[in-house]
Amino acid sequence: MSSAATTTKSGTSPEVDSDGLQNTLYEIRKKIHPRDVTGVFATARWSLVWLTQILYYGLCWLPWNDRQAVLFDLTARKFYIFGLVFWPQDVIFLALLLIICAYALFLFTAVGGRLWCGYACPQTVYTEIFMWLEQAIEGDRTARLKLDAAPLSPRKLGLRLAKHGGWALLAVWTGFTFVGYFTPIKELADSVWSFSLGPWEVFWMFFYAGFTYLFAGHLREQVCKHMCPYARFQSVMFDPDTLVISYDTQRGEPRGSRRKGVLPASVGKGDCVDCGICVQVCPTGIDIRAGLQYECIGCGACIDGCDQVMEKMDYPKGLIRYSTENALRKSWGWAEIMGHALRPRVIIYGSILAVICSGFAWGILTRPSLRVDVIRDRGTLARQVEGGLIENVYRLHVMNVAESPQRFSISASGLPGIDLHGERTIDVPAESARTLSVRVRVPPESGTKGANRIYFDVRSVTKQNEAAHEKASFLQP
Amino acid sequence: MSDFVSGFWSIYITVLSLAGILGCALLLWSQSAAKHAQGQTTGHVWDEDLREFNNPLPNWWRWLFYLTIAFALVYLALYPGLGSFAGWSRMSDHGPWTSTGQYTDEMNAAELQYAPLYRKFQSQDIRAVAADPEAREMGQRLFLPYCIQCHGSDARGGKGFPNLTDDDWLFGGAPEQIKESILKGRDAMMPAKGLKPDLNTDQIRHLAHYVRSLSGLTSDSIDAARGKDVYGAACGACHGPEGKGTVGLAPNIADTIWLYGSSATDIIETITKGRANHMPAFGDFLGEAKVHLLTAYVYGLSSPAPSLPAPAPAPAPTVPVAGK
Repeated sequence: MSSAATTTKSGTSPEVDSDGLQNTLYEIRKKIHPRDVTGVFATARWSLVWLTQILYYGLCWLPWNDRQAVLFDLTARKFYIFGLVFWPQDVIFLALLLIICAYALFLFTAVGGRLWCGYACPQTVYTEIFMWLEQAIEGDRTARLKLDAAPLSPRKLGLRLAKHGGWALLAVWTGFTFVGYFTPIKELADSVWSFSLGPWEVFWMFFYAGFTYLFAGHLREQVCKHMCPYARFQSVMFDPDTLVISYDTQRGEPRGSRRKGVLPASVGKGDCVDCGICVQVCPTGIDIRAGLQYECIGCGACIDGCDQVMEKMDYPKGLIRYSTENALRKSWGWAEIMGHALRPRVIIYGSILAVICSGFAWGILTRPSLRVDVIRDRGTLARQVEGGLIENVYRLHVMNVAESPQRFSISASGLPGIDLHGERTIDVPAESARTLSVRVRVPPESGTKGANRIYFDVRSVTKQNEAAHEKASFLQP
Repeated sequence: MSDFVSGFWSIYITVLSLAGILGCALLLWSQSAAKHAQGQTTGHVWDEDLREFNNPLPNWWRWLFYLTIAFALVYLALYPGLGSFAGWSRMSDHGPWTSTGQYTDEMNAAELQYAPLYRKFQSQDIRAVAADPEAREMGQRLFLPYCIQCHGSDARGGKGFPNLTDDDWLFGGAPEQIKESILKGRDAMMPAKGLKPDLNTDQIRHLAHYVRSLSGLTSDSIDAARGKDVYGAACGACHGPEGKGTVGLAPNIADTIWLYGSSATDIIETITKGRANHMPAFGDFLGEAKVHLLTAYVYGLSSPAPSLPAPAPAPAPTVPVAGK
């Protein structure tokens, strides 16, 4: 399968001159105008466009206890996600989230091919929206092809201006929304109206907008074909039992046109009427009938297109369908395909994913509302104080992660006769940290010469069951 | 780049760099005209039957290559890269760009930005600055990186490093004296065996007991009595007849504060070997304005005003015996 995926020549054939030669170094891109298509997969894709974009454009406007529900405050290094406030110390959760994303991608790809690419990838989603806008302004595929070929006229200029204007507006709104996750979006909106945006806000807004416009409006399939690393390594997650969009060669070939109602067998042909709809609807411009190709983003547009044709011809649907390499070769039905879904690869990806997800959930649920860092004085090792007691100095960095003020009590343990001098209770305002110097004293005979393990216990007086137990070293001279 | 001993290397590097870039441009230009039959493979075969088609890259990608070539040429024209050619870009001092020049520019910009914050307090009296909570916070932020290596984050010092929170000052605790200590640093030296280099171990032991008796510490009364005469000859000139010391010259050895330890063993070591100590000068490094704030902070540690955020407020009587 992988050999087919990586070596099959691109469906968008480069320009070939009269001698059958093509440029070795570069190809001039041919603009793809995918034909609009309706069907199960188009509906699924549009549902995900709506879902992801309502989330993206809407979430930043949602309030939560006098603040924005989702806000990444880079200056204060506080990351708000609904009731949770993450600190830079919580970076482990980000790492886990990224690992979860990676394994989810592996799992979905092993089972169902490039589901991410076809339905959820921002490149696909924004291209879909931009193409919708293009179709609304310039018309359907035929009209757009005609407009491309037509000489510049006031009408063409007007349509182009309208299209690029529409794209630019959408792109700027997208950039504005993006920045709105880092600067409170209501303040950001006020700054926009009063022209008082900061330089970085302006930069990121237009950077994000510019690349949305460039990628979704102009580069489109070029991003998937030439920039996206996932497109290139996804084939290692495929195996012969992976569901991919496939053309049933046995059933379809030999292809050829015929009148409606003619049985394929009677004209010595397969079911494929060679209408070319599957090529016209393809957003990456490939011919799925040439087999699985790395350009295929798994959007299912060709399935929708072909099914409509099959319906009109009164042939069974599914000439192009989700199937597996093994299923096509061995003429399996759905039951057999499903029977091969649980294979070691899927089970391993799935179990790792389940373990990390549980760890992530457990970590979030049991996340304490306080954190303590113990910083031992590096220069001063130990000193003798009145009564011959030995004293070490520590700085405690007490962080109140909760969104309400807390009072903490501090104590030390771990050596006989240990005693703590300095503040024993401190008040830390909401979402802030205090550093305090504490001195720990022990009798000279306590512990052994050198480093001794001691513990600082910081308990919340305000909240029940919130405590930190931090270890530290006590030096005995 | 004036590190070359011979002008040859400068030319060598210039020629190689430019030839490399122009070679890339030439390759790109000449390959742009190359053609091959459609469907031809590159001839590479992996895993028995995995072949690579000779698929061209998108045209916009080819232009990105040209863009990098243009970037390289512009960069080499502006910044030092071609042998000893310094580039045409200019720093704020109108000299060619250098990394040290950029560092200086950034430091100067930071100085312009932050100097007013420090200067605000420089004209005020240190006692007044010490009472200002904002100034004390700034002072603490200066104290933490520069002072705690020796004096500790609670400023209580340790063996050999003076406690700054008590009212015993080797070189004076008035604001001006503290400021001078920080600005210019201090050196202190006690010669071995004081003024009597010929003291024997017995005499030193007697001396140690006498000195302990001055502080009210337990001592052998006979040894202490014998030590009294030795003290007069070896130590009295600096530490004074009653051991009360002289600010700037010798510490008070009749109080309970001992920089190098108060045990007989520690004192014998001090007398036998002498002590030398050094507080580095921070004037050149931090500048007067920052030292002013730092002085106020240190002064405030031993003369706390009620509202001060001391690093470790001490409710209990905690004068360290071994502090000095």
